[in-house]
Amino acid sequence: MGIYFKIKKRLDRFSIDVEYAFDKGVLVIQGESGAGKTTVLNCISGLKRPDEGRISIEKELVFDGQTDIPVKKRQVGYLFQNYALFPNMTVEKNIVYGIKNKREYKERNRRKALLEYADSVMETFGLTHLKKRYPHNLSGGEQQRAALARAMVTKPKLLLLDEPFSALDMKTKETVYEEFASIKDFLGIPTILITHDPRESRMFADHQIFMKDGRIVS
Amino acid sequence: MLGPVLLSIKVACVATIFAFVLGMFFAYILTRKRILGKSIWETILILPMVLPPSIVGYLLLKVFGKRGPIGSFLLDTFGIQIVFTWIACVIAACVVALPLMYQNAKAAFQSVDETYELAAHTLGSGEWKTFWTVTFPLARPGIVSGVILTFARAMGEFGATLMLAGNIEGQTQTIPTAIYYAVATGKEEEANTLVAVITMFSFLLIFGLNAWLKKKNYKV
Repeated sequence: MGIYFKIKKRLDRFSIDVEYAFDKGVLVIQGESGAGKTTVLNCISGLKRPDEGRISIEKELVFDGQTDIPVKKRQVGYLFQNYALFPNMTVEKNIVYGIKNKREYKERNRRKALLEYADSVMETFGLTHLKKRYPHNLSGGEQQRAALARAMVTKPKLLLLDEPFSALDMKTKETVYEEFASIKDFLGIPTILITHDPRESRMFADHQIFMKDGRIVS
Repeated sequence: MLGPVLLSIKVACVATIFAFVLGMFFAYILTRKRILGKSIWETILILPMVLPPSIVGYLLLKVFGKRGPIGSFLLDTFGIQIVFTWIACVIAACVVALPLMYQNAKAAFQSVDETYELAAHTLGSGEWKTFWTVTFPLARPGIVSGVILTFARAMGEFGATLMLAGNIEGQTQTIPTAIYYAVATGKEEEANTLVAVITMFSFLLIFGLNAWLKKKNYKV
């Protein structure tokens, strides 16, 4: 299996204890607020350390108690609930940020190709005309596209989406749903999407699990 | 009269640099890391702001004096005397102004949503790079505010300076101690000029800071 995670982690109110594996497509983790969904995502990305478990991404072991590859080396794209676009940078600088952290960027002959790739990603996500704008000058849908482009530009092995539609108003949501459905296949990498909205599960899930109080209930 | 002005500027500049480094370090560590005895560290850092400056000066004298733990070490090992030198002015100004730098930097770091830092980590940034590219730029308005207030406080430091550095003309006489001496010896004109200089200087600093802050606050 491409993606495998077995995570045990004690929290204040309950313990997380989940295990799942999938190969490709979108895994939707559905559950109410406080079910432990974001903690699972944070453990997979490396932002939090599980107490016990095993996580592998595209067959590479990233955590098993002894091994713990740091977040910056896990090659995981993460779309945060509030998008977390850096307010001090333009859309272009936000998107290029991850590329500049790549080792290849230090090689002059590779740098140009990487920046051209960033341009092509901006074009794919319809951001070229917005690239000089700051995040606060973008609509909710545009912010989401910019954050997704930023997560994708580093060519991650796994994409994690934490309630990506919850910050949008109803009208924008409809448009963004359509946009997301159209780029879902283009993304082409295993994706984990968490949501509390059953409609989003139905629309995007190739695999689906329900979480309650830290456990997979179905 | 130029001597105290130049010395005050020199002392305030050096004290601000040290207070900046220490204030930023402690503010970052205490807001972002799990540290044992966090409340105790915070209390120690704020203490010089609430204690009377003369008491701070007295405590510094105990530490940096010839018989103090640091003072005797520096004198015996390197032959350096701290008390009654311009370095004593710097230490007094730095210690008294440090809480302002710390408090402003702490508030500035707390105002930065940690999600930005987490996002930077997922994009391949280590802690150091995340700090300089994300945390520091977003906290900058608060940090600059801290630097300016620290500088202004260091310029105006009197009580602790008098205790630790004395009031030696041409060596440790800063603007505030020069004003005190001028008033005590009936040189009212000199005191008026120095008061005008320090008041004008502080006014321009605060005015400039407010104008800059109005322009620079990032919208989130």
